[in-house]
Amino acid sequence: MGQLTHLKELEAESVYILREVAAQFGKPCILFSGGKDSIVLTYLAYKAFYPARIPFPLVHIDTGHNFPETLVYRDNLAERLGASLIVGYVQDSIDQGKVTEEHGYNASRNKLQTVTLLDTLAEHKFDCACGGARRDEEKARAKERIFSHRDEFGQWNPKNQRPELWDLYNAKKDPGEHFRAFPISNWTEMDVWQYIYQEGIELPSLYYTHKRKCFLRDGQWLAAEPDIIKRRESETVQELEVRCRTIGDVTCTGLTLSKAHSLEDIIDEIASSRVTERGGRADDKRSETAMEDRKKEGYF
Amino acid sequence: MRNNGYLDMRLLRFTTAGSVDDGKSTLIGRLLYDSKSIFEDQMEAVEEASRSRGNEEVNLALLTDGLRAEREQGITIDVAYRYFATPRRKFIIADTPGHIQYTRNMVTGASTADLAIILIDARHGVVEQTVRHSWLASLLEIKRITVCVNKMDLVDFSEEVFEKIKDDFLAMSAPFLQAEVNFIPISAKLGDNVVERSANMPWHKGVPLLEFLETVEIPDSWDGPFRMSVQYVVRPISSKWPDFRGYAGRICQGSVKPGDEVVVLPSGLRSKVTGIRLGEETLDKALAGESVTITLADDIDISRGDILAAAEGNMPQAEQVVNLNVCWFRSSPLVKGKRYVIRHATQETVGIVKSIEYKINVSTREREYDCESLGMNDIARVVLKTADPLIFEYYKDNRTMGSLIFIDPGTNDTTGAGMIVPEEI
Repeated sequence: MGQLTHLKELEAESVYILREVAAQFGKPCILFSGGKDSIVLTYLAYKAFYPARIPFPLVHIDTGHNFPETLVYRDNLAERLGASLIVGYVQDSIDQGKVTEEHGYNASRNKLQTVTLLDTLAEHKFDCACGGARRDEEKARAKERIFSHRDEFGQWNPKNQRPELWDLYNAKKDPGEHFRAFPISNWTEMDVWQYIYQEGIELPSLYYTHKRKCFLRDGQWLAAEPDIIKRRESETVQELEVRCRTIGDVTCTGLTLSKAHSLEDIIDEIASSRVTERGGRADDKRSETAMEDRKKEGYF
Repeated sequence: MRNNGYLDMRLLRFTTAGSVDDGKSTLIGRLLYDSKSIFEDQMEAVEEASRSRGNEEVNLALLTDGLRAEREQGITIDVAYRYFATPRRKFIIADTPGHIQYTRNMVTGASTADLAIILIDARHGVVEQTVRHSWLASLLEIKRITVCVNKMDLVDFSEEVFEKIKDDFLAMSAPFLQAEVNFIPISAKLGDNVVERSANMPWHKGVPLLEFLETVEIPDSWDGPFRMSVQYVVRPISSKWPDFRGYAGRICQGSVKPGDEVVVLPSGLRSKVTGIRLGEETLDKALAGESVTITLADDIDISRGDILAAAEGNMPQAEQVVNLNVCWFRSSPLVKGKRYVIRHATQETVGIVKSIEYKINVSTREREYDCESLGMNDIARVVLKTADPLIFEYYKDNRTMGSLIFIDPGTNDTTGAGMIVPEEI
């Protein structure tokens, strides 16, 4: 163990991984979702290459079901850091007939975005996409490598992963194949918040408690504004003081009743929380191995 | 901040060796649960999954065994990383399966660990698996081993049983184990000596496991003269920074400050450090473990794979022929004379194994000579010859500069790992 604090050590490890990505891949990118993890990842990339600009673009897969605050934040951040931004639209994939829109009350474009993601990566010939996934988030992620190999269909094969030892990452691949890299694999939710606090990183306002029209479904508060999720008649809308603990698109982002107006409040709230942040994510609840199944198809 | 808001904790990485039968999953489950790192929704999901499998008790292994095949077959396939924190320290557990592919997985888990927990079932004492685990921990140069004698409740919390296992372990490991070892009698199932001190074993004077993990100090291999392997050359080529040229890397030994004289290897050219930065910050000093960007006084040719080293003190070695302890991971064998891609620190070159000196039986440590190839999970001493000289330290002195991996150029797969060792005389 080193002499550094845990935040310094995690930061150093992630910066090291981002530089390995830049050195070992021909055309990498950062998957930017607008969530706090991808914000921290982008901030770390900024640090890793300063005073040069981040040597790869940010890629956002836009489901069209966003909180408007996320898009404003995304555009400001890219401009402030001098990073280039590429947006792939799920709507385009729907219009091209590549995916079929889900219908009904639980309709979500979360699953469809895998196709848009793979198309966007192919269109720009990216050979590595860095994501802000963490191993503490979900049990399938706990076993994924930091440099995660995908076949030419973008699929992950969990039973045949390359051994990953020490800090030696293997980016070798055949033409047409690509990688996902996860530089903040070893961070926990608390580490991310502590780092945001320590570094004074600005976040989208959605993370702080605000008034919003919401409704309750299966014990989970969901957003009624923007008005995207189809509601049952029994699901009445109320205005409440809520915040997001994670941000996906509107259809899969649970809202938490909260009084956290500052980062200190948020850290206290998480420290005393008894439910994981993904506990509010409808996309994970579809089955016991929902995340593994989506990853095998090429999801983040 | 009231809770858990400490920004200056330290991080301990440890690996756990043992099988489900030893109660390993139960122990990890208890550490996570008692430190409040398992949340209600995770616990509910595990309870539900246990019920649907017809398990009578909650099966804590389902917390870590996340893959579909693992849950269906009730096995652990791969190294799983788990995270927990107490107000005193942060922990990363590399949880490695006991039975399947144990060598490959344990070597992988141990490669980043500061400490290894070895579990022994109090009813069975030191068994073949214990020998394997301790020997692999010593091969990977883990400096600190904690032996947890588990299931003490099933031997009436007997001090005599515990002392016998302790003596047996020390006798068994004496020929090879350099690490500092301590022993804790526990019952993972009941919680004795895991988080709380055991009322059933007043004869044990040491602290419970969690308190031990929170307080143990482990010497790292990062002491010594400054070393950094160059990962990337930062060149903004912008109007604000027209001539900036910085060498980015993670310091793997010693420390560095502006004004220090450094030598670049393999060229041997010397220069002075003019600045150290990370992001917009400039640093007065940087320590081993930190990722930084260094600028030098002279405009000399430095690229990825080069080493920056302190100009004073001993130098890293540079050789094209090195001795390695190798662990082989794949069913396609290591073949003498075949070309492999060798990745060592940030350097990449081509290498061939000139000779396999001997294989080592992981359970008996007996040597087997006259081997032509190595199979999956084999461990051996080999001689490697590389196209470019490797700039290295022995693995026992520096993990980063003493380790390498074999990549099969045909499949691009990582097929083996090597640790550079001194030649045997």
